[in-house]
Amino acid sequence: MTETRTLMGMTITVEIADTSASKDILDEVFAFFEYVDATFSTYKDTSEITRINKKELRPADYGEDMKTVLALSEQTKKETNGYFDIIAPDGTYDPSGLVKGWAIYRAAQLLEQRGMKHFYVNAGGDIQTRGKNNAGEKWSVGIKNPFNTKEIVKTVFLQNEGVATSGTYLRGQHIWNPKKRSEALTEIVSITVIGPNVYEADRFATAAFAMGKDGIGFIEKLSGFEGYQIDKNGMATMTSGFEEYTNAHA
Amino acid sequence: MRKFFLSSSVIALFALYVLFPRPRAEDTHAIIPSLANENKKQSRPVAGIPATITPPNILAPTQVPVQAPKPKPAPTPARVIAKNKPLFKDGEYVGNVADAYYGYIQVKAVIENGKITDVQFLEYPNDRRTSIAINTEAMPLLKMEAIRAQNAQVNIISGATDSSIAFRESLAYALTQAKNQT
Repeated sequence: MTETRTLMGMTITVEIADTSASKDILDEVFAFFEYVDATFSTYKDTSEITRINKKELRPADYGEDMKTVLALSEQTKKETNGYFDIIAPDGTYDPSGLVKGWAIYRAAQLLEQRGMKHFYVNAGGDIQTRGKNNAGEKWSVGIKNPFNTKEIVKTVFLQNEGVATSGTYLRGQHIWNPKKRSEALTEIVSITVIGPNVYEADRFATAAFAMGKDGIGFIEKLSGFEGYQIDKNGMATMTSGFEEYTNAHA
Repeated sequence: MRKFFLSSSVIALFALYVLFPRPRAEDTHAIIPSLANENKKQSRPVAGIPATITPPNILAPTQVPVQAPKPKPAPTPARVIAKNKPLFKDGEYVGNVADAYYGYIQVKAVIENGKITDVQFLEYPNDRRTSIAINTEAMPLLKMEAIRAQNAQVNIISGATDSSIAFRESLAYALTQAKNQT
């Protein structure tokens, strides 16, 4: 049973291979994403995060999920020596870089709580897999060709892992640096990270991408993570354990 | 440990690779990723976490809550008289600032001879909003390959696609301005 909706400016697909899957469960998952959007979108005037930034809420009034996300942000900040900081110079919070992976992971947990054992949740190309697909095999995940988004350039097989891809938007051979608009970005076009769950994969893919060509080395050093990095010339560099995921029956 | 052995063997292979004339047209080969060694001074970080990190420049558009997309005025189009009345007027047209959730997207469409010849990004979601200097030590040699399109049928596709909706929105706005009347 599969359903796709567009929320939070991206396509979200949930597929459940369990025979006990139901429309109600799918609805519940999408309602959760709507709740996340309404709570954490810094572009919504009424969201909890916006109200916090307007000083309309005191810490004692924060919701449980808000407290969790802020705590996770603080933890990630420490783990990256301050690189991943959701607090802007003016003191406002913007946890959006962390919320996406967290929300996908939480959606997967929700499905588990409803007894689902075989499913995936895909939000904007970041994915949490669980169990097997309808054919009883591992979920096959294609890595999109950053130079031709209708193509895939690699297939990995997952059953309980999370996978996330960070990349630049590009058109033809031009990739613009978001900070210096006149300059084309050099080197890395995308990096895909497989990790123990999508939350971890997403935040480390984000960090690795920001490191440019050094990102794949960062992933190589992280225990439990593998990566596939594509540069502007269409050359890919993979971590030493990555190829194990390309075997459907490994 | 496995990675260490792999590294050692690849180093050995690389030595051979350097000593002997290189064969032509290799598709998959081990080469040294150019992981710069600029910051060797820094101490080794814990668990692969970078030790030296430049403070992020968190200049997100979110600092000031923005009510609605703010279209910017288009620059004056170049005056070119089209004979066959093409779909678009020549010139450069700036799209609106579209919310991509993780940031804003704004594009500029360039029309020449009535056709779109370029689309440039003026604004791009900047959730990777930082520059970072990491402590790069001697890295294991990682396998490289030229990417190649596959025909495989897959259940799911992973890619960075978040921005596409906002991109289309901003481009559509730019082209609205470029459209010839009648």
